[in-house]
Amino acid sequence: MSTTVPVKAPMSGAKKQTPEFVQLLDPDGKRLSDELYDPWVSDVTGDQLASLYEDLIVVRRIDTEATALQRQGELGLWPPLLGQEAAQVGSARTLRPDDFVFSSYRENAVAYCRGVKLSDLLRVWRGTASSGWDPFEVGMATPAVIIGAQTLHATGYAVGCKFDGVDSVSVAYFGDGATSEGDVSEAMVFAASFNAPVIFFCQNNQWAISEPVGLQAQRPIADRAPGFGIPSIRVDGNDVLAVMAATRSALDRARNGGGPTFIEAVTYRRGPHTTSDDPSRYVDPVVAKEWEARDPIARVEAFLRSEGVLTDELAASIQGRADAVAAEFRAGCLALENPEPLSVFDNVYATEHSGLARQKSQYKAYLEGFEK
Amino acid sequence: MTELTLAKALGSGLRRALSDDDKVVLLGEDIGTLGGVFRVTDGLQRDFGKDRVIDTPLAEAGIIGMAVGLAFRGYRPVCEIQFDGFIYPGFDQIVAQVAKLHYRTAGKVRMPLTIRVPYGGGIGAVEHHSESPEAYFAHTAGLRVVTCSTPQDAHSMLREAIASDDPVLFFEPKRRYWTKGEVDEDATALPMGKARVVTEGTDVTLVTYGPLVATALDAAVAAADDGVSIEVVDLRSLSPVDFDTVEASVRKTGRLVITHEASESGGLGAEIAATLTDRCFYYLEAAPVRITGFDVPYPAAKLEDHFLPDLDRILDGVDRALGRVNSLTGWSA
Repeated sequence: MSTTVPVKAPMSGAKKQTPEFVQLLDPDGKRLSDELYDPWVSDVTGDQLASLYEDLIVVRRIDTEATALQRQGELGLWPPLLGQEAAQVGSARTLRPDDFVFSSYRENAVAYCRGVKLSDLLRVWRGTASSGWDPFEVGMATPAVIIGAQTLHATGYAVGCKFDGVDSVSVAYFGDGATSEGDVSEAMVFAASFNAPVIFFCQNNQWAISEPVGLQAQRPIADRAPGFGIPSIRVDGNDVLAVMAATRSALDRARNGGGPTFIEAVTYRRGPHTTSDDPSRYVDPVVAKEWEARDPIARVEAFLRSEGVLTDELAASIQGRADAVAAEFRAGCLALENPEPLSVFDNVYATEHSGLARQKSQYKAYLEGFEK
Repeated sequence: MTELTLAKALGSGLRRALSDDDKVVLLGEDIGTLGGVFRVTDGLQRDFGKDRVIDTPLAEAGIIGMAVGLAFRGYRPVCEIQFDGFIYPGFDQIVAQVAKLHYRTAGKVRMPLTIRVPYGGGIGAVEHHSESPEAYFAHTAGLRVVTCSTPQDAHSMLREAIASDDPVLFFEPKRRYWTKGEVDEDATALPMGKARVVTEGTDVTLVTYGPLVATALDAAVAAADDGVSIEVVDLRSLSPVDFDTVEASVRKTGRLVITHEASESGGLGAEIAATLTDRCFYYLEAAPVRITGFDVPYPAAKLEDHFLPDLDRILDGVDRALGRVNSLTGWSA
């Protein structure tokens, strides 16, 4: 059975168990009421939540496939997002096509939601290109690997939107580790001073490689923003509905001249930093187990089943779709061609640079020696 | 044709760029109400508004990073770094983002930034206000690096830099800000990537740029009194270097002296000496000579005259290239 009835909070009954962040769906799939944030998702129907559920399943399946591709030697590296699906899907699915995302490298679910082609997600990790897609086609810059650098780009882009008199918003995605970088503090200073329509979306996944968030911040990260004059929201990053509500409220503020918002989505990186990492050296398995119980997908599934929206039949069809996407993803990966040797010189400059032109012609002559 | 100081010529270049293209925006510290600490942007915020000439918070990474975002949005930002030694907090954004974005995105994202940097010494300043950091940027793929030595070049090259679809580090010789010269805003300018033979000569090629062009010209006059004919080449562009022009000169003179304020090791002089040795080894009558700042941090004001290459040190280098008695041979030789 499907429903177009909004996913409403109960009039009474279940209350928030964890008052320190916004939560609308608890880990057991109970719909909690929240006076402030319920209105932001009052229009979300059971079908729409099922569609978000499908996104969560698909991006986790893609992520699993990418890790497998790396283990099979088809990718040089992969940064898994396991555990962070709701934070990424819940925020990215609220954006308009004319909004613009500046992300770090783990935001593959965000890229998926923005419409990045599956094989384009892999170009960097297979080493066939320095980045994967045309940012202007999907409204998302290719990832910044330098931690926190993109927060300034998002701020500048937002200031440009303001100058242009449009109500587009830019969103910077970054992690808890990035909040220690000077660029992030500078971005918040600039965004506040220029009242920039930007959202600072921090996925606090508790880890910066092996360093726990306690090394980056002695207080909840969201507490930092008000000092810059930026309102902040701390949200359960494993709750797709709460993330959506928080992001919608921030978008609304930005579109209406209210300036920047900082969102701390509290989540957990359940995989390694990248496929090169070994979390067994630093992760307490007991804590990891606790976070597994707060899985972002299980709670949506429990809720949708309790509402009668998700049937075994629908679940199987979603899983089938996820497997098909994964197969397409793998095929796209294997079909990526190696770049031509002389393309190493391409696009360093937009216009000819005499020094580089000389090096290119010399290397071309050198390569030709092997053909003789 | 108007007679302008070099600083005013830069200001008139910025004014023209702001008038010609709505997408040009200026960002920097104190560039608005104050008109910049050197008054280069004097009056521009009044005439173009606070959204075109933007006073920013005091954060160089912030200035450059915000400009990157504006470039994504289709703007053509011109950033002012207040002094040479203040550029380092912005170094990461310049080297890791500005320089690489066009390459990273296979040409999809252009970074038409101009980063203006007053540089060099000779003004008796305190630490961090007299440095010559151009080599860091000339070493970085993806950046163009230019520097001017006359008011006309200041005006024309700055406009060309702003119009360029590549990021340009625009180094301004601050001790020459008050040098006056004729400026024709509509002149057909020598492209900023080209070097210029400023004065012709037959015995020694003296290559320099920015603040030392005037010093080199003085050296050429002094040498002429001594019967030595110096050809002075103003590089203008440090990335790319117009080696063709330098090579043509060295093939003629057979001797090469390079002078810059920046420290010697890993500097532009090394690059020019190596490349010219490679390109016209058999035309050289002597090893190339470098006359540069020493490999020390920029010293206190009362020592800067010893650090900076001046007319006499340049002439000593010319004597080395000519095989005449010089500081290295010992004065009694």
